[in-house]
Amino acid sequence: MTPIETQTVYGMYVFLLAAIIGYYVIHKVPPLLHTPLMAATNAISAICVVGALMVTGASESPATTIIGTIAIASAVTNVVGGFLITDRMLKMFNNRKKGGK
Amino acid sequence: MSTAAFIQLIYLGSASLFIFGLKCMSSPRSARLGMLLAAGGMAAAMAGTVLDPRITNFGWIAVGVLAGTALGAYIAIVTPMTHMPQRTALSHAFGALAAALVGVAHHIDHGPTMSVITRSALTFEVLLGCLTVTGSLLAFGKLQGWIKGSPLVYQGQNVITFALLGVMTVLMLYCIVEPNAQWAFYLMALLALAFGITLVAPIGAADMPVVIALLNSYAGLAASATGFALENNILIIAGALDGASGLILAFLMSKAMNRPLMNVIFGRIEVGTAASDEEVYGGKVRSTTGEELALLLADAQRVVVVPGYGMAVSQAQHAVRDLFLLLEKRGATVEFAIHPVAGRMPGHMNVLLAEADIPYERMIEMDAINPTFETVDVAIVIGANDVVNPDARSADSPIAGMPILDVDKARMVVVVKRSMSPGFAGIPNPLFANENSLMYFADAQAGILEVVRELKAI
Repeated sequence: MTPIETQTVYGMYVFLLAAIIGYYVIHKVPPLLHTPLMAATNAISAICVVGALMVTGASESPATTIIGTIAIASAVTNVVGGFLITDRMLKMFNNRKKGGK
Repeated sequence: MSTAAFIQLIYLGSASLFIFGLKCMSSPRSARLGMLLAAGGMAAAMAGTVLDPRITNFGWIAVGVLAGTALGAYIAIVTPMTHMPQRTALSHAFGALAAALVGVAHHIDHGPTMSVITRSALTFEVLLGCLTVTGSLLAFGKLQGWIKGSPLVYQGQNVITFALLGVMTVLMLYCIVEPNAQWAFYLMALLALAFGITLVAPIGAADMPVVIALLNSYAGLAASATGFALENNILIIAGALDGASGLILAFLMSKAMNRPLMNVIFGRIEVGTAASDEEVYGGKVRSTTGEELALLLADAQRVVVVPGYGMAVSQAQHAVRDLFLLLEKRGATVEFAIHPVAGRMPGHMNVLLAEADIPYERMIEMDAINPTFETVDVAIVIGANDVVNPDARSADSPIAGMPILDVDKARMVVVVKRSMSPGFAGIPNPLFANENSLMYFADAQAGILEVVRELKAI
């Protein structure tokens, strides 16, 4: 196998195992928290930002610099927005437990 | 240790934090801490990436990060809880846009020199990203009310959908074998953008819980494909987690409507055998007033509230909380019965009730509360319709087999609704004509506040 083939096959193992873990972990989330869950997984899948950083940081042309910067902005919007809004929601569910109002 | 290995270890840590964070979501008590850890994992992954010696363009990175932070924080702070479905749809568009653009940029820089495997992943990523962008934007428009929420159905629609899919697939394969076919790459991206629209246009606003969950899954898979194209495991892992989550939620939602997933995506409810309004309602509907309802509630021991999309539209959750507190003070037990597809996204009602400080222990899932409806003195249905339609129990109904909340078994049912207009299924609801049912024609918020006033006066 060429190195890229090896990496791809390993990638498939990683994908398979992560999907299985995802299946079991997500199944444990009660319907009560499905909206925050969606906001949270959305923020996590904004991990694309890593790809955007690579592309922009190592860009070889003005075109890819611009495209990459837009990609960073979109992904970071989800990272920041996603985690903030998830926290906003989860805070509401917790109010009472901490003897809030 | 080389920098590259160090970065990989950081990614490994981030992946663990993501998984652990999602695991903490199994309880409202640990969820907040879990998400803090996941956010830490994300910050670490971003910081680690920038250590890569190939990255030199720091100015532009700063521009992108600052712009995204400002926009993300703005959206997170100003979005009201009632608008959570729209916000979620919009964020799927952002996520998919990022994945698609990374793919396009990578194609421009390295297109001709890529291996076939990398190019396959990259082409697939761009295709999935593009269709998710337009699909999510359309879903956003429908939920926000900018675009008519009703399904857009036209002759030969499935033919067009499949034709587009076919042409796209052929172009994708062509791009993979022919690295220099720039036109094919961009044409495919354009067609994918169009395909996203044809995919979501025929789906009505009330089916959005399923669609949002599916788009969530697509956005995740696009991120995973990016991981394959860039040979980066953290993207593969995070994308797989998101993809699994979206798919599970989509299945749960379509199960709660008793419709196969494919039926939601490609078909619609066939309205045909439903009885006419006149047959069902024919002079049997009794309406009530806030004063009468207050008297009814004053004697009730056990009250169950069934919230629906109407409660969200009218922002009635705080009025409902006032009623909840008042009834509890008078010694009644008040619970909330949550149908899995109530509202416009999974868990929508729970978030609204939590916003109004209603303890989550009082929000009861359908399967848990259904056997107990016989002991309910008053069930108050607020802006829900199809999810409490007993017609679903008859085999020849258009919504036959859809699991419903058995509110008709309660001693008294009060339906708070502005008019007799049907729900999304477009069929009359026999519940409204039952002899133990009363219709309280009012805007949810104004109506409930009226009841609270009357109840205080008793």
